[in-house]
Formats: sequence, C-alpha cells, structure tokens
Amino acid sequence: MTVLRARGLGKKYQRHWALTDCELDIPAGHVTGLVGPNGAGKSTLLGLAAGMLEPSSGTIEVCGGVPGSGPAQLAKVGFVAQNTPVYANLTVEEHLRLGARLNPGWDDELARDRVAKIGLDPALAAGRLSGGQRAQLALTLGIAKRPELLLLDEPVASLDPLARREFLQDLMEAVAEHGVSVVMSSHLVADLERVCDHLVVLVDARIRVTGEVEELLSTHRRLTGPRRDVDTLPADQHVVSVRHTDRQTTVLVRTDAPILDPTWDVGEVDLEDLILAYMANPHAGRPSLGVVR
Amino acid sequence: MTWLAWRQLRFPLASVYAALALVAVVLVLTRPEPGGFGDEEFLYRGSMLAVYALPALLGVFWGVPMITRELETGTHNLVWNQSVTRTRWLGVKLGLGVPAAAVAAGLLGLVVTWWAGPLDASAGDGGYDPRITPGLFAARGIAPFGYAAFAFVLGVAVAILVRRTVVAMAVTLVVFAAVQVAVPFAVRPHLLPPVEETVAITAQTIAGVQAEPGPDGDVPEALRVFEPEGAWVLANETLDPNGAVVHRLPASVGGCLPRVPIGQIDARVLDRMRECFARLSDLGYRQHLAYHPASRFWPLQWLELALYLASTALLTWFCFRRLRHLS
Repeated sequence: MTVLRARGLGKKYQRHWALTDCELDIPAGHVTGLVGPNGAGKSTLLGLAAGMLEPSSGTIEVCGGVPGSGPAQLAKVGFVAQNTPVYANLTVEEHLRLGARLNPGWDDELARDRVAKIGLDPALAAGRLSGGQRAQLALTLGIAKRPELLLLDEPVASLDPLARREFLQDLMEAVAEHGVSVVMSSHLVADLERVCDHLVVLVDARIRVTGEVEELLSTHRRLTGPRRDVDTLPADQHVVSVRHTDRQTTVLVRTDAPILDPTWDVGEVDLEDLILAYMANPHAGRPSLGVVR
Repeated sequence: MTWLAWRQLRFPLASVYAALALVAVVLVLTRPEPGGFGDEEFLYRGSMLAVYALPALLGVFWGVPMITRELETGTHNLVWNQSVTRTRWLGVKLGLGVPAAAVAAGLLGLVVTWWAGPLDASAGDGGYDPRITPGLFAARGIAPFGYAAFAFVLGVAVAILVRRTVVAMAVTLVVFAAVQVAVPFAVRPHLLPPVEETVAITAQTIAGVQAEPGPDGDVPEALRVFEPEGAWVLANETLDPNGAVVHRLPASVGGCLPRVPIGQIDARVLDRMRECFARLSDLGYRQHLAYHPASRFWPLQWLELALYLASTALLTWFCFRRLRHLS
C-alpha cells in the first residue's frame, strides 16, 4: 500500500521552483527520512503532502486522497510544522482540549499519558515551555489525532542532542505502538540513520534517490583501485561520485550486479556516505535513474 | 473550533464591551434635557468621535490580528492540521468576530443617537448640524452596525493579503478611512434621488450673499436661498436664463452690496440689499436647490447599512477565495 504518491509534482514560488518533477511512492508502514541540504525543497514537499501548499504542477495523493481536501482527509494526516508551533497563551491542558474538539478520532488517553510521561505541567502556558517540551507537545497533538500518516518537518532541529535522542526514541515507540507511517525531514543524517528504514534524498528541488535503506545499502558499492577513467565502467554501474588522487580512484556506484573487475577493491557504504555522495554530486546521473526499485 | 475562536477572542471582547458599558452609563446619566442645554459640547463631540472611531479600531485591532497572529507565530500550521478545514476555521472566526464587532459599534451608535436626540431635534438654531448631514450621519442611527462589520472583514481581508500585523493594520486603517470619506460625498447622495426644486429669487427667499474682495470694493460671487429645515443640502446654486449654473453673479447686481461699514449694517440695509439682488429674478435668473429632507434620515440609514453589509459580504467571499492560496 502506498501512503504518498507524487506524479510530476512541482511547486513554484514566483519564478523559482522549490520542487520539480517529483515522482515518489512511499509505502505504508515505514519511517521515511527526507534528507537534503537547506532549501532543497523538503518543507515544500511536506507542505504539499499536508495540504498546506497547492501544487503548481503534477499531482500528489496522500492516504488515497487529495491533501487538505476535507475534514476526513485532514484526520488521516498529522503534520508537525518546522519550529513546532503551539499557541503561546494557551496552556498545555487547553492544547489537549483543542485537539479533542478539532479531531473526531482524538485519543485522549494517549494524549494525557504522553503529557504525563514527558512531564509537562498541564496548567503551564505553552509559551513558557522549552523548545524540546514544545516539540513534544506538538508531536503529542500530531500523534493523538491518530493519523495514518505523520509528517514531521525538522522536528528535532531546535533540540539539544539529549532531547533529540529522547524525542526520536519516543517517536519510535509511538510508531511501533500505533502502526502509523512517518515521513520526517532532517539534515542530520545521524538522526535519520537511527530511525529511518526508507529514504528520500532531495537536492536542488529534485529527488536524487529514494528507496528502502537496506536495499540502498546493498546496491551501492565503493570501488577503490588504480587511477583510471570511470567512463570505462560497465553500463549497469551508475556512478554516484568519483574521487581521484595521484594514483588512486575511488568511485561510489550503484549496481544490482556483482562487481567482476578484479582491479577494484570493493567496499560497503554506510547511510551517511551514501547520502553525502548524493548531496555533494547533484548532477551525477539523471533524477529518473535515481529511483531504485 | 468555536471553542478555540472564543478562547482567542474572549479577552478583547470582554474589554471592549466593558468599556462600552461604562460609556453607556455615562451617557445615560448625562442626557441633555430638551430645551435646557448645559455644557454638553464635550460629550457631544466626544461621543461622535467615538462612534466614528470604534468600527475602525475593531477592524484594526480585532480583524487584523485574528489572522496575522496565527500566520506570524506559525500556529496556522497547527490549527489547519487538525481535522478542521481552513474554510471552517475562517468561517467560525468570522461568524464570531463580525457579529461581535457589529453589535459593539451598533450599540454605541444607538446609545449616542438616543443621548443626542434632544440636541439633534433642535439642530439648526442650537448651532448643531442636522443629523442627516455628512458630518453627523455616520455617528447616528443604525449605520455603525454596517461600518463595524465592514471594517472587521476588511481587516481580515487585508491581513490575508499582507500577512504582517503592523502593515495590515496601517493598510486597513487607510482603506477604511478612505471609504468613510468617499461614501458620503460620492455614494450616499445618490442612494436616493435628491429632491430638486427651483426657487424664485425674491427678497424673501434670499438667505445670504457670498462676496469676494475686488479692486473697487467687494464683488458678489454667489447667492444662497433659504433651505428646508434639517435637510442635507447638496446644491444651492443660481441658474442663468439658459439654465446653466452661474459661477459669478452678473455685473448688473454688482452694486447691490451695501457700501457701509460692517458695524452699521442693520435690518433696513439688509432688506434693501435683498431687494436689489431680487432683480436677478427679472433678468431670468433662478435658484436651484437639491437636497435630502430630514425625513430621509432613516431611509438613508437603512440603505447605507445595506450598502455596507453587501460590501461586507463581498469581502467575505474574497477572503474565502484567497484562503485556499494562503500558506
């Protein structure tokens, strides 16, 4: 089952495209990491999925419906925006009441349990919470409405490393417990490595690569050997990045086939290498080739 | 959603209505007795200004922040992602805010109209303007209901377009003020066809002559005839024998102005002057009067209210249209 499907999706602000030619299928039941440099279009993609933005071209379908098309669609998708906004002059308790009144599927018990677990004072105005507590409150609202898909835009950006780890752990527990699909953006690769099993890399408004993390790791290889021209590689080995020294050449390739050339020293790649290679070489390969099935 | 909108509006609402109650008490205690006027000048002017200002203030301080505060703090991202469409979000906000603003300004308008009733009834000889004239019309009757509804939705519409609180407040204020100046001069006179009358220029009908200083003493410029009591006069102008409006009285009556110092002008001198100007009648000149009589006050109030409510409806439609593109 596909929880998010985009076809030729694009979003234009004035004259500049924040997202173009986006073809995407995100399967249900995954925690998908949306990664890319600042300004790559991560927030735009999430905004489009939540129905906060209207596409300039193409279509997007989320949980089988058009984003933001009605109360039923809104109930299926939870969205925690960047900077995790909350009403500064409403108390924590009033936020829960807000959630209960505005969501037919509201899980009040879940919300109250979470607030108690996090240790938020229900009588405290949300404006007086710390950044981490605010993020937790916003996430609580997102989870307790019991969506099918939870979209998180840089949820941990404002948190210190400890709070970040706790937040993500907490998120993982909620995901495991309620079977919700998650798409979260971040430019912190280490965070994604810990929680994501699906990956979308976005660079310069385009999708560079997408796929399941395990599959991506098993189809990418680092080849090290004597200095040579990479144009001579077999056709089924797509070059992601190349680095030459005086005597050596290191290539990161994607291929389904085993590496037969004995002159290469073949190595595994980790998620961080893979992401950085794609982010650093935005023009290696075509976007259409970036889709790994 | 109603709960949230109420939660956000209750403090501004309570403070404005509390202030209104206070004003109402003051006005109830100080209503001038018919005939026996004291020092009501301050309250007369003050209450008039208050009725003028309140709709603008409600538009600027209720309408604008209702939208921009959400946009500026990013909470629209929170509330639009609950299971409530943004159409409903705006619908509830307007459904609560528009009546609250309209009733606040409308009640103040009614209380002030009641308070000033004795003064308005004796307008003309008491030195006060008739309540149908542009200076007073907007501070009387039921029109303030419409002004406040319009100002509030105008504030919301500008906020949706501009998105920033301070800028939106300034734009709302300027646009609303411009509308309030333009309507009495360009629109309200035509809401009903004015009464047109041609009045013979006689010694009895001449109310006054306007003169300009010239090289050989004062030169008569324009002439006014007596106007109906309590009316809003749109035109009081002299027509020549061809029916064209005269901008300068003919030279033949140039000598009619009394050549005596101001201090020595008495009734006899004035009578002679009027008779002299009445000669214009023999030359084919006559006076054109266009006015709304005092009895049109309430019909014009209803029409003005309808006009503003229609504009409010139009702006509301615009807000919902733009809302889809807001992010």
